[in-house]
Amino acid sequence: MNEGRKEIFQIVFVLVGLIFLVKLFFIQVIDNRYAELANSNSILRVVEYPFRGLIKDRNEKLIVYNTPEYDLQVIMKDVSHFDSVKFCEVFHLTLPELRKRFKDLKAKKKEYSAVKPMRFLEQLSAEDWARSADRLDEFPGFYIQARTTRAYTTTALANALGYVSEVSKEQLRQDAANIYKQGDYIGQSGIEAFYEEQLRGKRGVRFRLRDVKGIEKGSFKNGEYDTLSIPGQDLTTSIDLDLQLYGEKLMRGKAGSIVAIEPATGEILSIVSGPSYDPALLTGKKYSANFKLISQDTMKPLFNRPLMAQYRPGSIFKIAQAMTALQEKVITPETRIVCDRTIIGCHGPHTNEDLRGAIANSCNVYFYTALRRMINQGKGSDPFSDARIGLKEWDQHINSFGFGNKLGIDLPNEKDGLIPTPAYYDKAYNNRPWKFSNIYSIAIGEGENLVVPLQMANFAATVANRGYYYIPHLVKGIGKENKPLPRYTERHYTTIDSANFKIAVDAMQQVVDAGTGQWYAHLPDVVVCGKTGTVQNDPFPAHSVFIAFAPRNNPRIAISVYVEHGGQGARAAASIASLMIEQYLFKQTRRQYIEDYVLAGKFLD
Amino acid sequence: MRRDSDIPSSIDWTTVSLYLALVTLGWLNVFAAVYDENAKQSIFDLSLNSGRQLLFIAASGFIALAITIIDMRFYETFAYILYGIILVVLVMVPIIGKEVGGNKAWIGIGSFGLQPSEFAKCITALAVAKYIGSVGFRMDNLRNQAALFIMIGLPMGLILLQKDTGTALVFTSFVLVFFREGMSPFLLIVGLCAAAIFVLTLLIPNPVYLHIAIGIVWIALMVMGKKKIKRMVLLTVGALLISGVIESVDYVVHHVLKPHQQNRVKALINPDADPLGFGWNVTQSKIAIGSGGFWGKGFLKGTQTKFDFVPAQSTDFIFCTIGEEHGWIGSLIVVGLFVALLLRIIFIAERQKNRFARAYAYSVACIFFFHFAVNVGMTVGLFPVIGIPLPFFSYGGSALWGFTMLLFILLKLDAHRGQVLQRI
Repeated sequence: MNEGRKEIFQIVFVLVGLIFLVKLFFIQVIDNRYAELANSNSILRVVEYPFRGLIKDRNEKLIVYNTPEYDLQVIMKDVSHFDSVKFCEVFHLTLPELRKRFKDLKAKKKEYSAVKPMRFLEQLSAEDWARSADRLDEFPGFYIQARTTRAYTTTALANALGYVSEVSKEQLRQDAANIYKQGDYIGQSGIEAFYEEQLRGKRGVRFRLRDVKGIEKGSFKNGEYDTLSIPGQDLTTSIDLDLQLYGEKLMRGKAGSIVAIEPATGEILSIVSGPSYDPALLTGKKYSANFKLISQDTMKPLFNRPLMAQYRPGSIFKIAQAMTALQEKVITPETRIVCDRTIIGCHGPHTNEDLRGAIANSCNVYFYTALRRMINQGKGSDPFSDARIGLKEWDQHINSFGFGNKLGIDLPNEKDGLIPTPAYYDKAYNNRPWKFSNIYSIAIGEGENLVVPLQMANFAATVANRGYYYIPHLVKGIGKENKPLPRYTERHYTTIDSANFKIAVDAMQQVVDAGTGQWYAHLPDVVVCGKTGTVQNDPFPAHSVFIAFAPRNNPRIAISVYVEHGGQGARAAASIASLMIEQYLFKQTRRQYIEDYVLAGKFLD
Repeated sequence: MRRDSDIPSSIDWTTVSLYLALVTLGWLNVFAAVYDENAKQSIFDLSLNSGRQLLFIAASGFIALAITIIDMRFYETFAYILYGIILVVLVMVPIIGKEVGGNKAWIGIGSFGLQPSEFAKCITALAVAKYIGSVGFRMDNLRNQAALFIMIGLPMGLILLQKDTGTALVFTSFVLVFFREGMSPFLLIVGLCAAAIFVLTLLIPNPVYLHIAIGIVWIALMVMGKKKIKRMVLLTVGALLISGVIESVDYVVHHVLKPHQQNRVKALINPDADPLGFGWNVTQSKIAIGSGGFWGKGFLKGTQTKFDFVPAQSTDFIFCTIGEEHGWIGSLIVVGLFVALLLRIIFIAERQKNRFARAYAYSVACIFFFHFAVNVGMTVGLFPVIGIPLPFFSYGGSALWGFTMLLFILLKLDAHRGQVLQRI
């Protein structure tokens, strides 16, 4: 009855051995999953965050640097013997806060991982870090990750510098090259955003072997796969920090902007947006709370006025009109036009000026007439097609000054402004015909025209250069090569002959020496050329505008000042511009009364 | 004493070679499991498991020698007495023993601990073999059968009292011996069916589906087969019985098994459900073995076992070290050695001329087989985690000595197989 039972034993023994070998073959040879899991088990990936590039001013003064910051990370798998009371004591948390942290972590379904480090507490303060570093070994599974955050030597330049914050979900989604990981920092605006690629550097990774308690057991394969972090490139800006600080001081309590450019290079010496904020507010632990505050401020301190605020240019636009009219030969410098003030109003006691006098006295009628001659040159068969052809030519000239399109400054969010085209008016008039009488207010910089303060400053620089400009830019040197981006070294010529600019320069000198600018913009020992503008803004006070450059020969600074609700251009804007020029050329304030006047800010009295 | 001097020529050197190979490989892997690259340790370092294991191996040598020197009749003659002694010791253990790792299964002798349950296997095997080999024993006699089950039940129960479920379960392997010696296969078949139903119950979360499935099978059989009253009654009773078993399994799993035992069973079926909780052991064990690939990472190059990701890596999970460092090839060699040893023992068993020796030989084979199958099965995720050692590999003196005694008593009996009366 026991026949064959021996064989049953033999078969079962062999069978079990075979089953094991087959199963082993599956998990060891066929399924690669386990090898990967083993690596994630025992190989700790330590990210080395690179130093973000420093930002300096044109005189190598440090503006933005890095300061260490510490995050507390947790690897859930490694947490053991967790003493929540002690933890709360060390990290100054309350128990409900601690519980909430854990709950929040668990709630992030996708990102939650038991084996990967997750950020538990962000941006420990220096005191928290110092206190906890010693006691960290009491909390297995918790690690300190050091990173750097931005710090500033100055409270100035906030909008130009921009800020750095954690990469957003949307940015991560668009990051096709997979450069960023959740929790990484990225430049969100200003230079930080525009030069993100140069500033960010490259993350390094070290692979460390570790045991089940997370204790490091040396490098993996002798560091064969480790990469060093590469620091970001330093940026040298064209900003003159002293001038910038002075500009911010002058703009305190005012809304508007100052843009100062070195005409010979297009380098921006100073770019002030008022009101501004302290860039240090948008760093570290206070970022979220402060960002909310700042972005909800009704004065919009995050609105970078020099390139985002589109204003009607006002009378400063008359210089461009004069150039265009001269180029089209519809007037000569000697052409006189009677200021009859029937169709369009004017101001001041002048009656019959030539071109220079018209600019100096900002005669509305003169430029209205000049534009009419320019638009209606009789090239078309009727006033409608004539206006269309004339406007098209006018557009070409005006656009060549850099109006109507983004200049291409090295900052994000620059606005185009608006120079109306025939197509624009077609749309505005619903394809009904239009002619000069419908559009003449563009003659004096009112009407549909919109420009941003940067374009005004660039225009001043163009006149200073007698016919060309370099795209205004903030960074004159990147990294070790210390060169700007190539496109900032190209000259852009206007469609106007250089000789015609001489007339404009003469006229602008006259504005300051004897015209509307003589009281506030005139400086001893240097010839300043400028043009005032008072932009109507009924029923509110007018905006005050002034563009200028100095000295007349070999100009070193071109500037635009725009003070919202500042009243006459000859007062607020002209004062500020002249103070800035004086500060830059003479490194001092020689007319204290003007500075006091500006700081008092009572321009309307 | 003339016959004792024949030992070198009559002992089965094939088995001894397999034994030596397994013990040596085991020793090397115990070293690999605890090896720390930074510490520049020696395999002989007595502060390491490997150093101590070498001492245990040396002691095993003496034990093996002693066993071959002792008169062969001693084992059969004193089987019941030894059995009695070990029962007394097992009773004493929970009272005077010291607790190690949650099990109170150790007796302290100085700084050393002995695990009486390891020796109980060997002694029970002797006692069971002696009973089977006794005059007038008949396997089909229910009283004899009952006596056998009591014989294995007593030590099993006492070991269960020590909360050492793994070792206690080893005693179920004697049922296979009974089967070889003539017990009806009915019990085995019922056992296997119960196990199958047990696993199905675990796999299918709601027992209702199983009941429905049984109902369908029952209806199909009732409709299709011959419509005899007896057959229909039997089918109905059978179906009801199985449903009852399912319900009771469900009950056992959820109410009788302790939570950690429930989890081990759950981990077997779905280790990914909670890889860091109850699935940790199985998951880590599979990761370690799986990461070895075909050729392995090389001796002392494993990261998973060395860095303690695998629990009990030098004892119950020693097979992970083999799998990780020596890959599939290494696993093949070890599994091959075990199967060869088991087949060799069956070969030896079948050439015995009395029932005592043969029953004992089968006991040895079945105990080794149980250890091997359950231990390797558990590390590769085919079996629930049951803490029993892999013979000759796992670190530990008592286990190694117990296995050595099991094997060498067999070899001693086999060496003298020509001198015994035929009692088969």
